[in-house]
Amino acid sequence: MAQIGYSKKVMEHFMNPRNVGVIENPDGYGKVGNPVCGDLMEIFIKVKDDRIDDIKFRTFGCGSAIAVSSMVTEMAKGKTLDEAMKITRKDVADELEGLPPQKMHCSNLGADALHAAIKDYWVKIGKIKPEEAKPEAGEEGEACGTE
Amino acid sequence: MQTRSSPSESGVMCGIYLDYQSASPVDPRVLEFAERYLTKEFGNPSALHSRGLAAEAALEEARTKVAELIGAEGPETIVFTAGSTEANNLAIRGMAKRNSAKGRKLLASSIEHISVLNPMKDLTKGGFELSLVPVDKTGLVDLAALEGMLSKETILTSVMYANSEIGTIQPIREVSDLVHGKGLFLHVDATAACGKIPVDVQKDGIDLLTLSSNDLYGPQGAGALHVKPGVRIQPVLFGGGQERGLFPGTEDLFALAGFGEAARLAKLEMADESQRLSAIRDGLIKEILKIDEAYLTGHSKKRLPGHASFRFSRIEGESILLTLDAMFNIQVSTGSACSSRTLEPSHVLLAIGLKHEEAHGSMVMTLGKHNRPDQIPIIARAVDQAVQRLRAISAL
Repeated sequence: MAQIGYSKKVMEHFMNPRNVGVIENPDGYGKVGNPVCGDLMEIFIKVKDDRIDDIKFRTFGCGSAIAVSSMVTEMAKGKTLDEAMKITRKDVADELEGLPPQKMHCSNLGADALHAAIKDYWVKIGKIKPEEAKPEAGEEGEACGTE
Repeated sequence: MQTRSSPSESGVMCGIYLDYQSASPVDPRVLEFAERYLTKEFGNPSALHSRGLAAEAALEEARTKVAELIGAEGPETIVFTAGSTEANNLAIRGMAKRNSAKGRKLLASSIEHISVLNPMKDLTKGGFELSLVPVDKTGLVDLAALEGMLSKETILTSVMYANSEIGTIQPIREVSDLVHGKGLFLHVDATAACGKIPVDVQKDGIDLLTLSSNDLYGPQGAGALHVKPGVRIQPVLFGGGQERGLFPGTEDLFALAGFGEAARLAKLEMADESQRLSAIRDGLIKEILKIDEAYLTGHSKKRLPGHASFRFSRIEGESILLTLDAMFNIQVSTGSACSSRTLEPSHVLLAIGLKHEEAHGSMVMTLGKHNRPDQIPIIARAVDQAVQRLRAISAL
């Protein structure tokens, strides 16, 4: 039977989310999820010396979606872009002391939103071509539901 | 989940519990009445010795009390089960098995509980055909559509008395007239309605009716199927001959005796309690609808007394539930997909015409005996704060 409750860490981030908000004129912007599925996340980054100098998020979604967004911003802040690109969904879930199995896919989009924001920045500075910033699994347009 | 309210020793709830539809505390009077059947007066009603006969007498007393709550023809019409899911399965599978030679069509409203819809869907794998009768945006079943969908091969039509997610009460007598006008059988899942509003199987014209104990403040794990005299169904479980062979297995005497006592108390107290809860409900609805982009779900008047259900734009229901629980120690329910084990959005909210993103923002409050009018402003303020908090985070 799938566990339905959340860890203390998830609830702590859900109740006290870090880095909520918007950055005006961000260097990079990523948006993933779909309101039809119940989850939509956006991440804004400011980049300085190839590091994530500031990061903000806004999320429509369930408890884990908000906790995941908060956690991924905390994990990414201060990291180099290459380091931040290596943060995976699993890393975020592990930092949150686990997510209920049914939530691992649908609401665990924080890393995807972060990567999308970084790629958006890389496209802007000409490091990669727009077609190389192809969406990862879980980005807009993907079907709802578990794997 | 971290915080959970529970009845304290005085029987008063900590926090504000608004999820009676999912679980209700057992009435202390019921517990006091039924406890003896766990200890001093335990017994197996099938045994022939004195202890067995006393147990059988207790079981039959419970049967009479339940029959009286729903205006049944007599106690012999009551088949005790382990809950509503079991009663719904027995009604549907038992009727399908009995009448598969007569026809293979099943009809249900599109907002039936999953313990009605899923056995019907399962029967479609064995050659039955299921059609769903649409409801309007308030959740009322479309009677003209129903009439058009009934055919002589329709071996069973199932329409719930009232819906647990949106509170809408169906015009059961009119449904019954249409079904019986064609000489067909009607099953009514009255789990959410019994003990809250008057249900009378004879006046309402019901062949098979499901009810549960916990919704009446009786123990969990007990329910019943009323089977009108002359209506025949086949067993779907096999074992000893208990419950006329329709629900075999040694009876849970504690739960069933408690169910009976809860039914007796409900019959006595329902009118006053419903009036009291309706007033609290109306106050809550009035206050909560003052919140920007808050909408009532279900019917505004034909609604269960203690039922207040809403949706809020741009936020998600599980987040509302968790925020109210963690910040305010208030327990509610939601039809959002994100809080269900299957991650499916509530079929009820979709059936009343909500878009997926609208259905995600649902919040359901079901009131009960520990709620008081002075809680209205506290609840409304908490909901407002929870909604504002989540909208400040929301990407929509």
